[in-house]
Amino acid sequence: MTKTTTSGVPVQPVYGENDCGDPLEACGEFPYTRGIHRGMYKSRLWTMRQFSGFATPEETNRRYHYLLAQGQTGLSVAFDLPTLMGYDADSPMSEGEVGKCGAAISSLEDMEILLHGIPLGGVSISMTINSPASVLWAMYLAVAEQQGVDWRDLSGTLQNDILKEYIAQKEYIYPPRPSMRLVTDTIEFAARHTPKFNPVSISGYHIREAGSTAVQEIAFTLRDGVEYVEWALRRGLAVDQFAPRLSFFFNAHNDFFEEIAKFRAARRLWARLMRDRFGAKDERSLKLRFHAQTAGCSLTWQQPYNNVARTSLQAMAAVLGGCQSLHTNSLDEAYALPGEHAVTIALRTQQVLAYESGVTAVPDPFGGSYFLERMTGDSEDAAGDYIRRIDHMGGMIPAIEASFPQREIAAASYAYQQAIESGEKVIVGVNAHRSEEPPIEILHIDRSAGEHQIRKLEALRDRRDGPRVERALSALKRGAEGAENTMPLILDAVRAYATVGEICDALRQVFGSYTEAALV
Amino acid sequence: MQRPIRVLVAKPGLDGHDRGAKVIARALRDAGMEVIDTGLRQTPEMIVNAALQEDVQVIGLSILSGAHNAIVPRVMALLREKEMTDVKVVVGGIIPDEDAEALKRDGVAAVFQPGAALEDIVRFVRSAAGRDAVRE
Repeated sequence: MTKTTTSGVPVQPVYGENDCGDPLEACGEFPYTRGIHRGMYKSRLWTMRQFSGFATPEETNRRYHYLLAQGQTGLSVAFDLPTLMGYDADSPMSEGEVGKCGAAISSLEDMEILLHGIPLGGVSISMTINSPASVLWAMYLAVAEQQGVDWRDLSGTLQNDILKEYIAQKEYIYPPRPSMRLVTDTIEFAARHTPKFNPVSISGYHIREAGSTAVQEIAFTLRDGVEYVEWALRRGLAVDQFAPRLSFFFNAHNDFFEEIAKFRAARRLWARLMRDRFGAKDERSLKLRFHAQTAGCSLTWQQPYNNVARTSLQAMAAVLGGCQSLHTNSLDEAYALPGEHAVTIALRTQQVLAYESGVTAVPDPFGGSYFLERMTGDSEDAAGDYIRRIDHMGGMIPAIEASFPQREIAAASYAYQQAIESGEKVIVGVNAHRSEEPPIEILHIDRSAGEHQIRKLEALRDRRDGPRVERALSALKRGAEGAENTMPLILDAVRAYATVGEICDALRQVFGSYTEAALV
Repeated sequence: MQRPIRVLVAKPGLDGHDRGAKVIARALRDAGMEVIDTGLRQTPEMIVNAALQEDVQVIGLSILSGAHNAIVPRVMALLREKEMTDVKVVVGGIIPDEDAEALKRDGVAAVFQPGAALEDIVRFVRSAAGRDAVRE
């Protein structure tokens, strides 16, 4: 039987010179196959950024201070499902979900607690929030104001990639077009006010977690990127005004060489798209910068300590693929949000890679490998084909409305599951080499987090200036009905302590809600 | 010929991660069952009403967000209230062992945790629908 990669791509028995294609450019040169900097990690290591958030903002803030004390170099905020879906902790929709999958943030007060004691001028912050991204970003900007930090000095990343929500993760609120308008508002606002902040992190991670192949991951992600660029251009921005701050987020899955090839192919494709399709001139517009996270979906419930080994290999692929920042999953994450001990091992895994393994000494150390170069070229070609198909459909929104990427991903994920069922793909501890293991300790989040958040929210609603909140929300609705940039209006609402739920409800009234078409 | 087994696959709660639900729905269909996929963000009331209207023998709930202890007991209570206890409930997702035991005590027929084989799930659904010894 032919060997295939994790994504099901056939692998030849051996590769040779003929597989290599054209000679490669140097590191740091167009189209950046080998990396976006000449020396890569010799001059600067990747940012070690563990995604974290759970229960109340108070508890999450304590975790952030712990991680920074352990040598982590950036923060990454995980919000709970009610926040991600634009509901307050006290909404009936939030019952049983407050603080379960991330920190519960309903108001500026919660954000003040979450970021307490963290100097926003010095620590870069990534926020995983999509449909209500502009609201949470406004809260972050308001805390920066309180700290007296100039917005121009803020660095960090807002995920704010709504297209992959329709495609894969499904945490959308409004229909695609008004959602794209909100994203474009943040891109425009960032271009004018926060020159060091990435307003969008165009994400393949979730597409891969939903079951896509490696090629689908980069193809759909880069095509999403094209969509954001086109919307921003239509807004009247020049490409080099905003493209340098577009960033990416990819998955680092099990198949070592397939993953390294994927990262290299993505860089090459993006550089060419930006130069040839959009005429970008600024080198920074051409360079694909990305955060990587090891594959959550690869973690096994069985024999959970094996996850440390999986994560190490995946993290090494991300580093050899030239990531700018990295999250390593914790061994207990097939069960729950990570406990402190597990997250420390995950961070230590990055530190071992960075300081002991020697992989940082030379940029793109596998460059020139027959196998890797062939895989890089093939990934680029296959992803390019998908991008052209979506162009022919009229862009990503019509493709989403026709369920095209959703269907492709569902087919890939079912094929992968069947390969596991048949034993064609081996998952150690699950369909091979099975054994009983004693249970591991896991983090429990009880109902008290939700109760605490609801009490705080009730007190806040009593205390704040109600008429000011009403005025801000009415102004936001009027603005949303028109064409002006909503960011200043959302900032006003947030400063008045209007809640995430109130602001999203105001926008729901204007934009409506979205329900996806069923996939049959 | 018997009519096919009818299964409702639902994702309650706010979570949108539907990879598992979609894979299960497809596997059950491939096994000859009629699968009604409710889509995302279904309340317990919506799920039980859909089960009644669609006249299903089995309800499959996919929950990964940790909200199972709030959601599943409400589904079970509604089924009892509507005298639909002949409908079997199967839960799949990230459900810790102790929670799985509690859900089973509340009447859930089976809980499938990560790594469960599709084959086992299909076989269980077939037997829960009362078809273990019967050829379709």
